[in-house]
Amino acid sequence: MPPIEAGQPAPEFSLGTHEGNRFTREDLLGRITVLVFYPFAFSPVCTEQLAIYQEVLEDFEARGVTLYGVSCDSAWSQEAFREKLGITIAQLSDFEPKGAACRAFGVLHPGGFPERALVMTGPDGVVLWGHQASSPAELPGANLIFDALDAVGV
Amino acid sequence: MRGPEGARAVIVYGDYECPFCAALEARLHELELRVTFRHFPVRASHPRAQAAALAAEAAGRQGAFWPFHDALFADQGRLEDPHLWARAEVLGLDLARFDADRRSDAVAARVREDFRGGIRAGVATTPTLFSEGLTHAGRPVPALWEALRQA
Repeated sequence: MPPIEAGQPAPEFSLGTHEGNRFTREDLLGRITVLVFYPFAFSPVCTEQLAIYQEVLEDFEARGVTLYGVSCDSAWSQEAFREKLGITIAQLSDFEPKGAACRAFGVLHPGGFPERALVMTGPDGVVLWGHQASSPAELPGANLIFDALDAVGV
Repeated sequence: MRGPEGARAVIVYGDYECPFCAALEARLHELELRVTFRHFPVRASHPRAQAAALAAEAAGRQGAFWPFHDALFADQGRLEDPHLWARAEVLGLDLARFDADRRSDAVAARVREDFRGGIRAGVATTPTLFSEGLTHAGRPVPALWEALRQA
């Protein structure tokens, strides 16, 4: 299943927040968002990926970009993961129906967890850029996001 | 930068709390290389890495970057402040100056600059090594030594 392509409007989707709210397509509007799909909370590679993004979070914020971590873990697991890492990147849970949002974005791994993928959307909710790692073990550097921002002129 | 002029150039992005970085460092010492070390401390994974990087740069202000760097990698179990002071003392550094420098904006900016440079170069894990067209990320493997031995 290929990830959603640039130029496509983001699909309708619903993800759970730690506060028990829903995060939907409407929440993408009005700003640049990067959804960071990662396979599992607490897996070593995911740990490193989010920890590194956190180190340059101020650079993303300076460019008006908001990052969210997305996985099929429950919001409770995600919150424990976030606290363990000491990071502030908010987490969105694709727990029930499991993987539905990941499927909508074309990043659901056949194993029932997200591929390691990045999806950037613009203020109009249209996909600006996407990247999918060639394997879940490959870690996409933050440079990919910065390069994409340069390319779309942000 | 350390190592003989004209030797193969290697740039390593690493942090002092990362065990694979220490393993890589030990091997690099066995080879004839011109090594540049750049700081890539990821605080969420290694809480003492940032303080250690700042301390190494502060030691560098007194001409002792590499001895301090080696002393950090030689004993990763001791990276708390008293251990950093002990290293500075052993190396004969001016302790008050060392302490002021490691908390200074200039030293913090230096470490930050290394980190941002690493991000731009695509560093996504530690250690990451670049050398004349060769890139290696993560746990060092025997194939890497073989590649580095070839001029």
